[in-house]
Amino acid sequence: MTATSGSFGRPMAPKPSLRRKSSRGSILADRAATVVLWGTGVLVLLILGSIILHFALAAWGVVSPSFILSDPSETTLGGILPVLWNSIYMLVLTMLIAVPVGVLGGIYMSEYASENAVTSAIRFAEEAISSVPSIVVGLFGLILFVDDAHWGFTALAGALALTFFNLPLMTRLSEQALRAVPQEERSASLALGATKWQTIRHVVVPLAIPGLITGVILTAGRVFGEAAVLLFTSGIGTPPHYNFTNFDLLNPASPWSPFRPATTLSVYIYKLNSEGLGAFKNQIVDGSAAVLISMVLLFNLGARGIGRILTRRLTAS
Amino acid sequence: MPTTATYPEPVLRPIEVTTSKEGADEFAARTDDVKLSTDRVSILYGEKIAVRDVSLTIQERSIMALIGPSGSGKSTLLRCFNRMNDLIPGASVRGAVTLDGENVMETDVSVVELRRRVGMVFQRPNPFPMSIFENVAYGPRRRGQNDRRKLDELVETSLRRAALWDEVKDDLRRKSGLALSGGQQQRLCIARVLATDPEVILMDEPASALDPVSTLRIEELLRELREAYTIVIVTHNMQQAARVSDVTAFFTMAEDRAGYLVEVGPTGRIFTRPNERLTEDYISGRFG
Amino acid sequence: MAQMTTANRLTGLRARPGLLERIDVPRRVVFLAAVSMIAIVALLMAFIAWQGIQLFVKDGVSVGEIFSPTWNPLANAGPEFGLLPFIAATVCVTAVALLISTPLSVGLALFLSEVAPNWAKAVVQPSLEIFVGIPSVVWGWLGITVLVPFLADTFSGPIVISLPIAGPVFSMPGFLTGFSWMAGSLVLSIMVLPTITSVSYDAFRAVPQELRTGSLALGTTRWQMIRHLLLPSALSGVLTAVVLGMTRAAGEALAVQMVIGNSPTMPAAITQPLTTLTSQITLDMGNTVFGEPWQDALWTMSLVLLIISITSVVLVRLINKRRLAS
Repeated sequence: MTATSGSFGRPMAPKPSLRRKSSRGSILADRAATVVLWGTGVLVLLILGSIILHFALAAWGVVSPSFILSDPSETTLGGILPVLWNSIYMLVLTMLIAVPVGVLGGIYMSEYASENAVTSAIRFAEEAISSVPSIVVGLFGLILFVDDAHWGFTALAGALALTFFNLPLMTRLSEQALRAVPQEERSASLALGATKWQTIRHVVVPLAIPGLITGVILTAGRVFGEAAVLLFTSGIGTPPHYNFTNFDLLNPASPWSPFRPATTLSVYIYKLNSEGLGAFKNQIVDGSAAVLISMVLLFNLGARGIGRILTRRLTAS
Repeated sequence: MPTTATYPEPVLRPIEVTTSKEGADEFAARTDDVKLSTDRVSILYGEKIAVRDVSLTIQERSIMALIGPSGSGKSTLLRCFNRMNDLIPGASVRGAVTLDGENVMETDVSVVELRRRVGMVFQRPNPFPMSIFENVAYGPRRRGQNDRRKLDELVETSLRRAALWDEVKDDLRRKSGLALSGGQQQRLCIARVLATDPEVILMDEPASALDPVSTLRIEELLRELREAYTIVIVTHNMQQAARVSDVTAFFTMAEDRAGYLVEVGPTGRIFTRPNERLTEDYISGRFG
Repeated sequence: MAQMTTANRLTGLRARPGLLERIDVPRRVVFLAAVSMIAIVALLMAFIAWQGIQLFVKDGVSVGEIFSPTWNPLANAGPEFGLLPFIAATVCVTAVALLISTPLSVGLALFLSEVAPNWAKAVVQPSLEIFVGIPSVVWGWLGITVLVPFLADTFSGPIVISLPIAGPVFSMPGFLTGFSWMAGSLVLSIMVLPTITSVSYDAFRAVPQELRTGSLALGTTRWQMIRHLLLPSALSGVLTAVVLGMTRAAGEALAVQMVIGNSPTMPAAITQPLTTLTSQITLDMGNTVFGEPWQDALWTMSLVLLIISITSVVLVRLINKRRLAS
């Protein structure tokens, strides 16, 4: 066989070297592509880094305890206390409605839904609300609550519109968290004679808690920054001085009441930009934006941290 | 036929049917046409050693079977020959692996060039989600072969050689590679490798996911391909190793779970008169 | 339990469940929560559609008239409600935003899925999540304070492209104020980047690893594998990503309104101000009275937006159906 190997054509010829000599074009293209793809990653980090740096510098000398704790004023360097309060208030009010409905909807989609027309209609609705522009959801709230129900601009109208807007996200994140619970856990519980609902209530939901909490915090981050939904539902006026000792929920003058206009931090930024005239406008907006970004960063880190801690606690111990 | 590094030739090297096979025992004396070799190769995944100190030589135009229990490092060793271990994060290889006397582990070796000369067929058939024709033409096209006539010829030759042509010739361009049966998919993957005109073909349990009839076809195919290619095959199936290979290398696991080479020799001898007790136990089914 | 006879125990297996179990209250409650989304969508579509057609039904504007390029809701001689400038601006601003964002986002998705070592992923992925979280008013404000002045200062003169022999082949006025189509598109391109990136990333990850190793084992470079195997295999996913990015860009209101200049004219040059559907609604809704034709025209615009978004949902479904079929 060695003697005849020449007849196979190849063995007698010199072997091509394994060193990079051939197909230089494709290897250069590969290197260029690698550089470009790394470039996209670096670019994103640069953009984010410069945004954070920009706001850190812009907020320097503006954001202080008194900025956060005083009432707005455009003629002086006014504070953001009422609008920050409203943001947090709206967040809590929205989550009070959206979390139960979203988690329960997620339970249906993960544990009960079979492949039928209703399920696919729910999925379609989920996708549809996710893609409807937030301003249109705001307008829907405007007709439904502000005009037709004659509520006027109220925190409740804003919170309901925000719920509409974020319900699909909350439902989908809950469904994912619940689906991530291994099937064996359900089987084990059912095999012990537990009913389906007992299994969900005592086995599936507790195991999904880390994922559910991550979902809640991610939704909260989105609710906190949203403005377009609120412009025409909870209003865009300058809030009055709030008397925090007034706990009368039905009194529109009380900052605790859901039946009052509630301009949030994001809406306030938009308002100042479009109507603001004072000399301190830019500083106030920079400071407000810095506070807003910090809160969003906190929500993000919170979601990661809490999710990680809970996962560890539930799986390790 | 010229075999330069640039990709010119649409026609595969002819397979010449040899009339006489050399006796198995003469094998050891033939050292002049070593195609592949490993010299004290150890492979680590991070800190964990997966394969220890393997030295092997593989003759040109022969089939070497790597057998042994799961975890003995056969597949890991196989992936050294075309440096697929590079793709596994944390994997590192010590020692020398040579192809025609050149150490493929050196840093200035182009893995792209290496893999063109050392093709690989995987355990699970992995046809691309495109037509049968495009599957086979994929490799040549990536080397700049876009001549339609030459591609047609090359695809036909490769499919014929992989014994798939007659089954697929009617809808080469319409049918997706994914629409074939498991056995056909694996032969398509072999044709895909043949179309890139390799010198060595590595096969990682190529028939383990297939039914017995498909397995038999792959084995027949291997015996034909042996006339033009050097083949290294990992298999769990000892009958398969005995049926197709010229040389068999038996691996097992040490106490620290690192794979090592127990013995290597002509297949006939390994299966009838192994030198090592471990080999005999494994072959006779006493462990593994 | 002690009195339970054998017969009782046998029939116990097929005992009729109690009333509560038969109603299965939990199931009904969670079902209600899930279907509430259908109710919301149905109500939303009904209300927006009803308000949106008032311009035609009540104010007697013909459907053809809204495709006129003239927007003049207060003209004494007779107001004109041409919505074409807003529709065209929405299309143009979105298109340029996608032209900028798609290559960048798909590149980033490829970087994350094919190239980045774990440490780089661990840095870039959380950064993208922070991008998602930055509110649109903050993007708008960044646009006003950083991007708009930059455009106005850097490209204030006319922009002319000349060829050596042919002379000037293209010219366009420079940025006067910086508030422009370009500013809107740039802000949007950053805002949709995380959407397109994460959806394409998922599409790339869904391509089985064996295909990658199969290609590399044939001696292709990584880029050849990406270009000729990965991108074609993940094409429908990438398309879905672009459609979702488009939906988001076309529906974004505040950030665009803040930087686009708000001029209801037909798009001519990328350096000039425009007004999109969303920005005009945002701007005018507070200045109009419920029931007057001007506001009705704004509702018609939101109906157009609603139609755009529902169409894109259907489009995404069609793309994915085709993927499953092939």
